[in-house]
Amino acid sequence: MATSSTTGRTTGEVRVNGEARRLDLDSRVTLLDMLRDHLGLTGTKKGCDQGACGACTVHLDGRPVVSCLVLAAQCDGREVRTVESLARDGRLHPLQEAFIRHDGFQCGFCTPGQLMSAAALLAQRRASSADEVREAMSGNLCRCGAYPNIVAAIRDVAEQNGTAGDGGPGAARNGAA
Amino acid sequence: MSALTYVRPDGVDEAIALVSADAGAAFLAGGTTQLDLLLKDGVIENSTLVDIGRLPLTGTSLLDGAVLRIGALTTMADLAEDPVVRERLPFVREALLAGASIQLRNMATIGGNLLQRTRCRYFRDRTVAACNKRRPGTGCAAVIGPARMHAILGADQNCIALHASDLCVPLVALDAEVRVQGPGGERTVPLTDFYVLPGRSPDVEHVLGHGEMITHVDVPLPPATSRSRYLKVRDRASYEFALASAAAALVVEDGTIAEARLALGGVGTVPWRAGEAEEMLRGVPATTAMFRAAARAALRDPYTLPGTAFKVELAQRTLVRVLEDLAEAAS
Repeated sequence: MATSSTTGRTTGEVRVNGEARRLDLDSRVTLLDMLRDHLGLTGTKKGCDQGACGACTVHLDGRPVVSCLVLAAQCDGREVRTVESLARDGRLHPLQEAFIRHDGFQCGFCTPGQLMSAAALLAQRRASSADEVREAMSGNLCRCGAYPNIVAAIRDVAEQNGTAGDGGPGAARNGAA
Repeated sequence: MSALTYVRPDGVDEAIALVSADAGAAFLAGGTTQLDLLLKDGVIENSTLVDIGRLPLTGTSLLDGAVLRIGALTTMADLAEDPVVRERLPFVREALLAGASIQLRNMATIGGNLLQRTRCRYFRDRTVAACNKRRPGTGCAAVIGPARMHAILGADQNCIALHASDLCVPLVALDAEVRVQGPGGERTVPLTDFYVLPGRSPDVEHVLGHGEMITHVDVPLPPATSRSRYLKVRDRASYEFALASAAAALVVEDGTIAEARLALGGVGTVPWRAGEAEEMLRGVPATTAMFRAAARAALRDPYTLPGTAFKVELAQRTLVRVLEDLAEAAS
């Protein structure tokens, strides 16, 4: 058996933003609570805490997931990336700069999740049109209603660095169709 | 909830043995249903979660060029990109991409999608006393309180909880089969027989016994000349459950329907195969008048409440529009 926790605790190791972190947690702890409460990485936000709002979006093995519906125990041996990994050497990520330039937030609470979803869609070249961006970002809610500016920021970066994509095979279709 | 034991077994047999031996144990796959109901809503109780997420039940294979076998732990996101799904099962891809969000599709598995629980807010709120699904014999708060995102087919005063899967709608239309492994061995169940209508026991939702696990879903491919489409009607353009949806696969030859496969979502307590409507369409001209007659048959004898009565017309129109689109593409 790979992992057992007869005491209600789980041990293991997870890589967070490139750094190996030892897990020794109550088995009920979610990835979100592990990041915020145990590792002090409070950039990832707790919105609905129920998989509906996207504020807690992080990358698990390179794919965006909602960290409130993942147990920390499930991340044993896996790679997690959070919003704290976007800025490098004191310089903001191009998406972060674009969100500022386009006024892509008001209260900012959903922004870390928006950024992580946006980073994934750029990596997958799913930003060929505003519609495609809207569909790919639909799992991230913004109560301030900054949506048009968020879409503009993402499109701006996609066009700057040539990651807009062509809407081809790898691209998301409009789920409303 | 009280303390939780988390176990990650090395194989399918071990996973089944662990759950079978413990009435408080459950399988954990993608987590988007189980953890939500267990940790957040608190409406189910498990003392042990057996994490099957890393078992080798991912990916697809083509059997005899005629059946797509899908590993139960394939994610919704991966299945949507599968080359056979793209080419031969376009409405399965449309249904997958119409469901949830990118984040959830990266987590949720195909087996988990089949076993997802209803979104009925009375079921998911443990402060609501009357819920025959959660606490048999207590009544149904939804038939008294405001209802909207609820079922009108296969429903009655005991339960109107909707089966909200998009994916299952084209899968029941295609006569998909569920391959199951359990303490008693392996068996195969047609998806149309997999779900149990609520009747007097809304707490019983499907035919799986404790410790039984879905290992694969087998999907017979429709003829190469078949055209298919999934249409989902909802309150938002994306990331919302269906008010009504329709899946249709048609073979049209010289303006006549040679074969029709139809199913409805957003309206049934189970994914709803529209068998009578299929029979009405076989061998008749592909015209709007025929489509409307078939749609009326598909929505016969609904159980409606003031908040759900609109779905009868909406579901008919959704089905007619899908059929019109397919007929137009074939002409």
